Amino acid sequence: MDVRLEHLTKVFPSRDKKGSEVVAVNDFNFTIPEGKLIGLLGPSGCGKSTMLYMICGLENPTSGKIYFGDEDVTDIPSEKRGVGLVFQNYALYPHLTVRQNITFPLENLKGEEKLTKEQRNQKALEAAKLVQIDGLMDRKPGEMSGGQQQRVAIARALVKMPKVLLMDEPLSNLDARLRLQTREEIRRIQKATGITTIFVTHDQEEAMSISDMIVVMKDGIFQQMDQPQKVYDDPVNLFVAKFLGTPAINVFEADVKDKKLYIGEDMVMDKVNVKDGPVWCGIRPEGFILDGNGALKCSLTGVDVMGRDTSIVSTNPKMTGLSVRSIISAEDLKLTSKDSVRFNIKRSKTLLFDKESEGRIYYD
Amino acid sequence: MTKSGVRKEGIKGTLTGWLYLAPALAFLIFFMVYPLIDVFIYSFEEGYNSASQTYFGIGGYNYSYVLRDPYFLQAVKNTFILVIFTVPISTILALLISLALNSIDKLKKLFQTIYFLPYVTNTLAVGLVFMILFRKTPYTDGLINLLIKAFGMSAVDFIEGPYWAKMLVLCIYVIWIVMPFKILILTSALASVNPVYYKAARIDGASKTRIFFKITLPMISPMIFYLVITGFIGAFKAYSDAVAIFGVDLNAAGMNTMVGYVYDMLYGDGGGYPSYASAAAIILFAIVLTITVINLIVSKKTSQKG
Repeated sequence: MDVRLEHLTKVFPSRDKKGSEVVAVNDFNFTIPEGKLIGLLGPSGCGKSTMLYMICGLENPTSGKIYFGDEDVTDIPSEKRGVGLVFQNYALYPHLTVRQNITFPLENLKGEEKLTKEQRNQKALEAAKLVQIDGLMDRKPGEMSGGQQQRVAIARALVKMPKVLLMDEPLSNLDARLRLQTREEIRRIQKATGITTIFVTHDQEEAMSISDMIVVMKDGIFQQMDQPQKVYDDPVNLFVAKFLGTPAINVFEADVKDKKLYIGEDMVMDKVNVKDGPVWCGIRPEGFILDGNGALKCSLTGVDVMGRDTSIVSTNPKMTGLSVRSIISAEDLKLTSKDSVRFNIKRSKTLLFDKESEGRIYYD
Repeated sequence: MTKSGVRKEGIKGTLTGWLYLAPALAFLIFFMVYPLIDVFIYSFEEGYNSASQTYFGIGGYNYSYVLRDPYFLQAVKNTFILVIFTVPISTILALLISLALNSIDKLKKLFQTIYFLPYVTNTLAVGLVFMILFRKTPYTDGLINLLIKAFGMSAVDFIEGPYWAKMLVLCIYVIWIVMPFKILILTSALASVNPVYYKAARIDGASKTRIFFKITLPMISPMIFYLVITGFIGAFKAYSDAVAIFGVDLNAAGMNTMVGYVYDMLYGDGGGYPSYASAAAIILFAIVLTITVINLIVSKKTSQKG
């Protein structure tokens, strides 16, 4: 079942009469293909949770439509939409055991869907087995680790076999190791069930590593939707470019003169098919080649050795951030001077953006 | 550190602890434990006279007298009726009002204040208002009786009339007096339930009643148990409420409570009967202790099960 959003908008009224209203989600249009795992990505407060709540029916959109397949579910209450939601802090009922937590949604079924106690327990056990917590059915949430609680929350969301599974920052409460593990786990469960899954996160690494597709949003406005690698390689604007990737992209103030790209005095790239004028030049950390005669001159501040790779930290007066971070494979590390470093840059890792609109400028 | 060193540190730590506790303990022992033991002793001393500090003999006569005294039996009956009716009714009513308060947005603060007003109002002032509402005098039937007559029934004298009418007024009065505190506790308990549970339950398709019984109630149950236990203790100790409505001669009105009986025995008839009062106080103490222990056991069992 694909999920289609049409002109979806959510406006929160202001608290007092003087304040302005907040547009949490602004005119969203996109289709989430069936059976895919989608990462909804954006900085804190960009409206991604609001979006999730609208899809599951906890919030009503101000305008626009939500379709599950061909069915318009905009005005259907959340319990009838057939969605499962995993909350950020899991929201497991603390006074109920794992089994009672998982069977809770089943006990609410009425009429023809009503199940006997054995059927309910059987389904709960199946869901628990899927997330590998079937040995902990009689525990209470308080007696389990964060990762186990997370699995119970997923099992509770899955037990009704929802058409769409929604997850609100599913990994944010876990420690780094568990996060990696649970991330794989979510991927596995999604693959096993084939349920269309949308999860919200502000962690780009998390989104990129497991999603089939990511949706980037900023201030309630849709930015880009594509496969993670494509969004990374081919961002539509400066925001998306800056938001994806660790270390972040290095953004320089640059100028184009006679089809040549200058950073300060240094001519770093030629054959740039763009009209003259100032531009933003973004260079990915892996886009630098260490070269004693390189075009881009920087002052060296330090070298971080990380094993496989080495990160060279340097400064350049035209760099917008604090320092230029470049990642060089350890074998290529040959520094000629103690206080300066020169680079050539890779064409494919260099992105140009309009100085005003910050939109992408394609130069080939 | 050696083993004895640990022990020394432990003893020293304990001593410091006791030192901090000492002022409070001194007060407790002086004003609570000592009087309690004293009352216990008096209750076995026959005909104790507090002026001359003398008594005739030692034995259980005080208890047998008190237990056969019709006034005491009346007081026990009144107190039990009061406890059985007011504690559950006031708790359930307070819960309903708290739920209503919790579900409104506008004027919530105003209503919370209004419902809390009886708590800060003087007991005797409230009693006066109740008398005006319920009393039937040669000049007027009172506001409540006017209402009753409007429904085609005959007027009742609630203050000096039949026993059930007087008991009814007393129960309404006690419920009205204890509700504000319960509403205060329950509204804050309801507000402290994380709304994310309600959201989760909504997505799971739980009906409103199911959400209430399966989620809200278990989550606020510790507070409800607290209110029931303190409610029982408070109702067993009711006295000023009866005085506020029926005046000081409660035995004559047939509306005495157990605490009232103790008070009358201590100060009534100029000088009074401290021995009987002590015996009655110990009986009251035993009853309250038993009920509280039963309450605690029940609440523990229930919370383990839930």
